[in-house]
Amino acid sequence: MGGLQKKKYERGSATNYITRNKARKKLQLSLPDFRRLCILKGIYPHEPKHKKKVNKGSTAPRTFYLLKDIRFLLHEPIVGKFREYKVFVRKLKKAYGKTEWSSVERLKENKPAYKLDHIIKERYPSFIDALRDIDDALCMCFLFSTFARTGKCHVQTIQLCRRLTVEWMNYVIASRALKKVQLHTHPTDVDYRVMATFTEFYTTLLGFINFRLYHSLNLLYPPKLDVKAESELKEENDDDYAMNSESYLEKLSALSASLARVVSTAEEDEAELDQFPVDGEDMANMEAREKEQKQEEAQKKLFEGLKFFLNREVPRESLAFLIRCFGGEVSWDKSVCIGSTYEVKDETITHQIVDRPNIDKQYINRYYIQPQWVYDCVNAKIILPVEDYFLGVTLPPHLSPFVEEKDGDYVPPEKLKIMALQRGEKPAHEQEDEEEEEEEDEEEEEEEEEDDNEEEGDDGEEAEEKNLKKMEEQRSQVKVTAGKVKVENPARLEQEEKAEEKRLAIMMMKKKEKYLYDKIMFGKKRKVREANKLAAKRKAHDDAEKSKKKARK
Amino acid sequence: MEWYRDFPHIGYNLDGKKIYKPIRNKDELDDFLDKMDNPDYWRTVPDKQTGSDVVLSDEQVQLVNRLQRGQFGDANFNEYEPQVEFFSRDVMLHPVTNRPADKRSFIPSLIEKEKVSKLVHAIKMGWIKPRRVEDDSRGRYYDLWANEDSSILARHKMHLPAPKIPLPGHQESYNPPPEYLFTDEERALWEQQDPCDRKLPFVPRKFSSLRQVPAFSRFIHERFERCLDLYLCPRQRKMRVNVNPEDLIPKLPKPKDLQPFPTTQSLVYRGHSGLVRSISVSPSGQWLASGSDDGSVRFWEVCSSRCLKTVQVGGAVKSVAWNPNPSVCLLAVALDSVVLILSPSLADRQVVLSSERLLSAPQEADANEGAGPVTWSETEGEELNHGIRLKIQHPKAVQQVSWHAKGDYVASVMPDHSSNLQVLIHQLSRRRSQNPFRKNKGLVQCVSFHPVRPYFFVGTQRSVRIYNLVKQEMTKKLQANSKWISSMAVHPGGDHVICGSYDCRLSWFDLDLSTKPYKMLRHHKKAVRGVAYHRLYPLFASASDDGTVIVCHGTVYNDLLQNPLIVPVKVLRGHEITHDLGVLDVTFHPTQPWVFSSGADATIRLFT
Repeated sequence: MGGLQKKKYERGSATNYITRNKARKKLQLSLPDFRRLCILKGIYPHEPKHKKKVNKGSTAPRTFYLLKDIRFLLHEPIVGKFREYKVFVRKLKKAYGKTEWSSVERLKENKPAYKLDHIIKERYPSFIDALRDIDDALCMCFLFSTFARTGKCHVQTIQLCRRLTVEWMNYVIASRALKKVQLHTHPTDVDYRVMATFTEFYTTLLGFINFRLYHSLNLLYPPKLDVKAESELKEENDDDYAMNSESYLEKLSALSASLARVVSTAEEDEAELDQFPVDGEDMANMEAREKEQKQEEAQKKLFEGLKFFLNREVPRESLAFLIRCFGGEVSWDKSVCIGSTYEVKDETITHQIVDRPNIDKQYINRYYIQPQWVYDCVNAKIILPVEDYFLGVTLPPHLSPFVEEKDGDYVPPEKLKIMALQRGEKPAHEQEDEEEEEEEDEEEEEEEEEDDNEEEGDDGEEAEEKNLKKMEEQRSQVKVTAGKVKVENPARLEQEEKAEEKRLAIMMMKKKEKYLYDKIMFGKKRKVREANKLAAKRKAHDDAEKSKKKARK
Repeated sequence: MEWYRDFPHIGYNLDGKKIYKPIRNKDELDDFLDKMDNPDYWRTVPDKQTGSDVVLSDEQVQLVNRLQRGQFGDANFNEYEPQVEFFSRDVMLHPVTNRPADKRSFIPSLIEKEKVSKLVHAIKMGWIKPRRVEDDSRGRYYDLWANEDSSILARHKMHLPAPKIPLPGHQESYNPPPEYLFTDEERALWEQQDPCDRKLPFVPRKFSSLRQVPAFSRFIHERFERCLDLYLCPRQRKMRVNVNPEDLIPKLPKPKDLQPFPTTQSLVYRGHSGLVRSISVSPSGQWLASGSDDGSVRFWEVCSSRCLKTVQVGGAVKSVAWNPNPSVCLLAVALDSVVLILSPSLADRQVVLSSERLLSAPQEADANEGAGPVTWSETEGEELNHGIRLKIQHPKAVQQVSWHAKGDYVASVMPDHSSNLQVLIHQLSRRRSQNPFRKNKGLVQCVSFHPVRPYFFVGTQRSVRIYNLVKQEMTKKLQANSKWISSMAVHPGGDHVICGSYDCRLSWFDLDLSTKPYKMLRHHKKAVRGVAYHRLYPLFASASDDGTVIVCHGTVYNDLLQNPLIVPVKVLRGHEITHDLGVLDVTFHPTQPWVFSSGADATIRLFT
């Protein structure tokens, strides 16, 4: 046969991938630099479909990058900056070694720096794309803003993170965009360089997003407090903070004052949805959407008209953020944080949030409640009854708003209760005990009934025995008696038939499909089993509680 | 002084005698007491020169204080005396010095020039960059997406966005509902498991109030792991199969539309005391013969389930087969190493006579008798009265007998691994036996004649061989794809074969299609013991050790292009499983859509 012999691994998937080391060599970067580049550019390894083919027959564990990605990195201007930085460090070291302080200074002045704007634009061509990835950025920035300003990371980074997160929270308050909230808990060797690189990227991203968001609401960026609020705040304590910039950030982070707008007429009318004449199916959709929107509007004004006061033991920032997001007014003790707007003594306060078993001095015209009430109200989208959240009361469970139960999943009874409240049914809270008692009575009655039934059953058996005896007697004289017509339930018969048909059809499945089918069914069954287990656990718990209550009585 | 550190003296006097150190035997306690008692303790200083303590005088203390404060030692020294200016900005008439100016103050410095030129050169060469203008654009934001143009294409199609971290559920709440908290067992289990096997990476905890919730200690770790996942974790696109399980179930014609087929158990034939290995229905459909391990062959009337006749044959019956020729009434019975030909005389006189005639056919050509491995003998006395007419003695244990459609030939199987003497064909009319194969590969399990053509099917352990008896050659070898074939049945049309195997499979072969099975049915849970085709209806049945008989509809089309339609229509239950054996044999009624099955529970059942 003629023609050139085909060589292995010169076409196909082997040519689409490149190992990490090769990629690094191609880019002429050290491993940390390569890592940083990958983080900034969002390049990640790919798992090839046929690893052995890509690995040229070897089964050694290697990470593969797409060759396309690496080629794309070749044109990145930041790579040049990395190299410059490397050179800079070398020169600096040399200058230090020679104790040439003037050149050290000169070099330090000319330290190469890079900007990430173009990378952000490239990774997120549209604003929506950027918003999609904001969760990681926010988490990271919030984490960094909590770090102590010593060692490990640059103080500037921490300050920047703090600034950005505060800006973000202020935006959310201004736009009232918060929907759900959950408190969760669960209980080093961490490479801070990696995290710092991520943070570098995320801060840039978050900054641009904040800018855009502020402008979408006609707010000034960087944020400025309202003139009125600013003057009020200024009067109080200007002397406590040495640095003006710092105090301004603190004031912002107090989250208690509204922000200055570009256009001073702050009240802009909500753009109402235009009504288009639509017909049939769309109508229902439209209605549903309108309803949803109305609900959202109502949720935004959840705490409007309420005045909160935070005691010093509650998490101030989170609660202030929440309450302000839903239109409430909030204040705290002056010594806790800058930016408190009214005192405890204010008579118009409606709710005071306290997280201790009891409080000495209580005002009559306000509710003293535990902080969970605020979170639960936000999730339920309604003002929940405050009785369950009074001081010293055992709190109802705090549920996650992110769980969306499909039919067949386990729904905790608390959620059902909240859903009933949302539907506008009256809270059957006080009648519960009575009902329970009634239920118990009913149960007892039922038990009695069951006993009766059993007795009846015994009767039946006896009757059967009698019949049998009779039959035996009759057997000697063979005789045909008229049979009873079996009453068959046609619906049930049909169901059974269907079930059998299905069983038979399953027998004829192909092996592959059967495997898949079995797997799906197994998953379904497991789900049901888990739901049942939870329900059983709950029932056992409730029973135990009930018996305890009874014992106490 | 340090030279004398280790010596008891601190020097020598003028006479060259040692000057001894004063004796110092103060310990810490003495020192302390001294400190308490002595009012001059604070001004007592050890003198290194003499080794003795010196109490400082008031002047000395004052001097020390002044020096410590950075003042002059002399208290009387005035440091702020008015300055006398020798040089002033006013030009005096007389110069202070009359020295002429240096030359270097007139001409530019060479050294400086050299330095400057070096700098200039460095700037020219780009070694020194001019001081950079402070760039404060870092950290200054603007509307990056001001002109969003879709021309910047999104990532290439291989881009896989990272999956989001799942949002916290009820368990992660600080105050979860009580059912989400771990019980003691669950907690123990959780602690035992490897961290990677755990379903939840944490133990749900309940706090009675928000105040008691500690800081989230794993926050940094969690974020760090997320970072690592984002840039280090290889990504792969996994196609999640999102199918409705109902769609996977094949759409088959409804069994209702494929009637008639047996649906209910209508009769049970009781009487045997051992497991019933084999059953056979007479060609007229009136009689049923069964052979059991209790050493008897019983004849039943099909419609009334009455046992008409019992023949004790003295050995576990392995196989019974009714002569398919309707004009004779004969039964072949295999037990131990004998094949018996019974004439049960359960038919018309005419038929009985014709079968008698067949059996008493002239014996001729006994030439090779004796030389062959088989001896034919007629029975006498008691046995004759029972209807046993002929005894064919084999050299080895016989497993199965099978009639030719014409009713003159009967084949018997003696499984013996790779022996050439495993299958024998006997001709009744001439009382002759022959071994059709010179050699036999494998262990023969069952044999069958083709219903129409002169073909002979031999089922071995793994395959079915088809021989042309006229041409005396093998025409086909069917690969069953199963470990051990147990039974075989040939379609009345002759173009299809089903094989049951001990590894729970039933394979359907289409002889025109391929030597591989057209369809493998894995609907039995245990070994398949018997299979049967119906002679008239498109039905076949399989009996298995799981106690069920599964009846399937199997239409065979005359059109060669259309594959047979196979639909399971009914699972028949009734037999009890005894000693891990369920249903042992199955056979159809020749004319009605009825199926008989015999089981290890010593019963035979009729399903109609």
